[in-house]
Amino acid sequence: MNETLHHNKQINATDRRSLITPEGIDLKIQLADIGARIGAIVIDLIIIHAVLFLGAIIFIFGGITVNFELALSLFIVFSLFMRSFYFLAFEMGAKAATPGKRLMKIRVAARNTAMGQARLSANAIFARNALREIEIFFPLSFFASNSGSVDGMIGLLGLIWSGIFLLFPLFNKDRLRAGDLIAGTWVVRAPKPILGRDLATHNNQSAGLFSFSGEQVEAYGIHELHVLETVLRTNKPATLKEVADRIRHKIVWEKTAEERDKEFLEAYYRALRKRLESRLIMGIRRKNKFDTR
Amino acid sequence: MTDFVSESIDSSSLAFEDQSLKSERFREIRKKDWAELEALLNRMDKKGIRSLNAEDVLRLPKLYRAALSALSVARATSLDQSVIAYLESLCTRAYYRLYGTQSGLGKRIWAFLSRDWPQAAQRLWKDTALSALLVFLSTLAAYLMVQSNPEWFYSFVDAGLAGDRTPAASTEALRSTLYDRPDDAGGLGIFASYLFSHNSRVAIFAFALGFAFGIPTIFFMLSTGFMLGGFIGLFASRELGFELGGWLIIHGSTEMLAIILAGGAGLHIGRAIAFPGQLSRTQSAALAGRTSGLLMVGVVIMLLFAGLLEGYARQLITENFLRYGIGLTLLGLWLVYLYLPRRDGTRFNE
Repeated sequence: MNETLHHNKQINATDRRSLITPEGIDLKIQLADIGARIGAIVIDLIIIHAVLFLGAIIFIFGGITVNFELALSLFIVFSLFMRSFYFLAFEMGAKAATPGKRLMKIRVAARNTAMGQARLSANAIFARNALREIEIFFPLSFFASNSGSVDGMIGLLGLIWSGIFLLFPLFNKDRLRAGDLIAGTWVVRAPKPILGRDLATHNNQSAGLFSFSGEQVEAYGIHELHVLETVLRTNKPATLKEVADRIRHKIVWEKTAEERDKEFLEAYYRALRKRLESRLIMGIRRKNKFDTR
Repeated sequence: MTDFVSESIDSSSLAFEDQSLKSERFREIRKKDWAELEALLNRMDKKGIRSLNAEDVLRLPKLYRAALSALSVARATSLDQSVIAYLESLCTRAYYRLYGTQSGLGKRIWAFLSRDWPQAAQRLWKDTALSALLVFLSTLAAYLMVQSNPEWFYSFVDAGLAGDRTPAASTEALRSTLYDRPDDAGGLGIFASYLFSHNSRVAIFAFALGFAFGIPTIFFMLSTGFMLGGFIGLFASRELGFELGGWLIIHGSTEMLAIILAGGAGLHIGRAIAFPGQLSRTQSAALAGRTSGLLMVGVVIMLLFAGLLEGYARQLITENFLRYGIGLTLLGLWLVYLYLPRRDGTRFNE
């Protein structure tokens, strides 16, 4: 049943990183994926430039009537602040994330270093964003200022330069930007926790209809239980039917006329989980159906 | 780790003991505390930490430890993936809240000014000295070469930056660039803010380029020195050296010190990446980056000062001795502030 069910995307085990709290428990945090990172920076750049555009209208055109020079100098400082301090201000906050990162449900966190787990400090945020200047804004401004007269060689060098930095996160296992590398930070997922219903509870009244023999609940291990849980939560009729048929075949179960696939699967899930959990308490962790302990 | 918050297990949950799974009962009993922790965290996110009353503040770490203990129990006894995933993200969220940056902004700024900034500068003194040496040597070299042959000026100084100040200009024209007081001081604001934004970008480059083993930073410091030396050499050859000194030093003492510090910060990172010692390269870079990042915050503050001096003070004050006086006094103050050993030996932050 493995092949059919892997369409449901689980958190990739290679994205897990250990984060041991002072209480001694590994939280097993998850790295942010590249798509979320790109989405976040695009949203942030759009916000910055929209605000700058609005600012230009307010400062410059509004300022003409009052004091043009004051307005212009304020605008220059304002645009510098927007570009550099937008990231700083938001990432130094309690959520350690810019609006773009918040929307993508990711945040900045301190990486494990030689000195142990450090807190995310303001200077780490500064270092991480100082590097952004050469990673993104430098190549951008370079192309913008030379667009009329870029000669081929310099254009190529600029392209290689920005290519190295832009692709940097793809070529290391922690998806670090050059800035993350220097600052001792990384970007992790920060999802809002959602507690799904307990699939075992739901079925108390119908549990009596199904009764499985000891042999029947021995057919699978923990891996298959988890796959079954995912199938039940996804709740697609076609998949439910296919999985139910496979399990019936495997455990030699006669389907009765009024038996529904979902009820059967929930009852079997409950029975299998009860069996595996009671063995777990005895210290036996049966990994999958091939594990014959 | 048995930090149960819900002490009473109500009898109703024990009633269906025979039918329900142990993991299921565990979840039913503890669920209330998790929801409470989640609600507290949500409130902190929405309304800030001040929205918590004294009771909540005491309850938060208790609930956090209870959730952590539930997580390790669940990992050992439950095969319900949703509970484990939920507790993992709940605990992580609470962990970042409880162990994240906490001190208020005001306290943080004070700690930075009174302790962290000077300590970061003192830690990086070797790299800063190297950076200063690079600038000094290149300035000297360019000075001597332009003195011997003014044509060298063009190879050291960018044409756009030089403007009218080239060997082709007459001595009188050169002199006037040093003392012209603008008719209308209103334009200076634009100039000052432009200079600040330009210079801080320059300094950030010097720092950020350290990433490539410090080599681009070395080139950068050398080219800064060449440019400076080129100007000095040109003006000195027309016997305007003293006057140029005044024009440069009033803001340049602050600005050059800031750029030298930025170069030092860049070299520090380059050194940490090239020679990581016993650490891994990434760990070494991260450690170096924290100290240098701190110093860079200070550099940007210095450049804000320098921008104001360059934009306003230099244009408004044309008396040479006053220019020297201000420039040298500021240099002295910066050096005393950054490098004077402190009596207070509190440990370095991070």
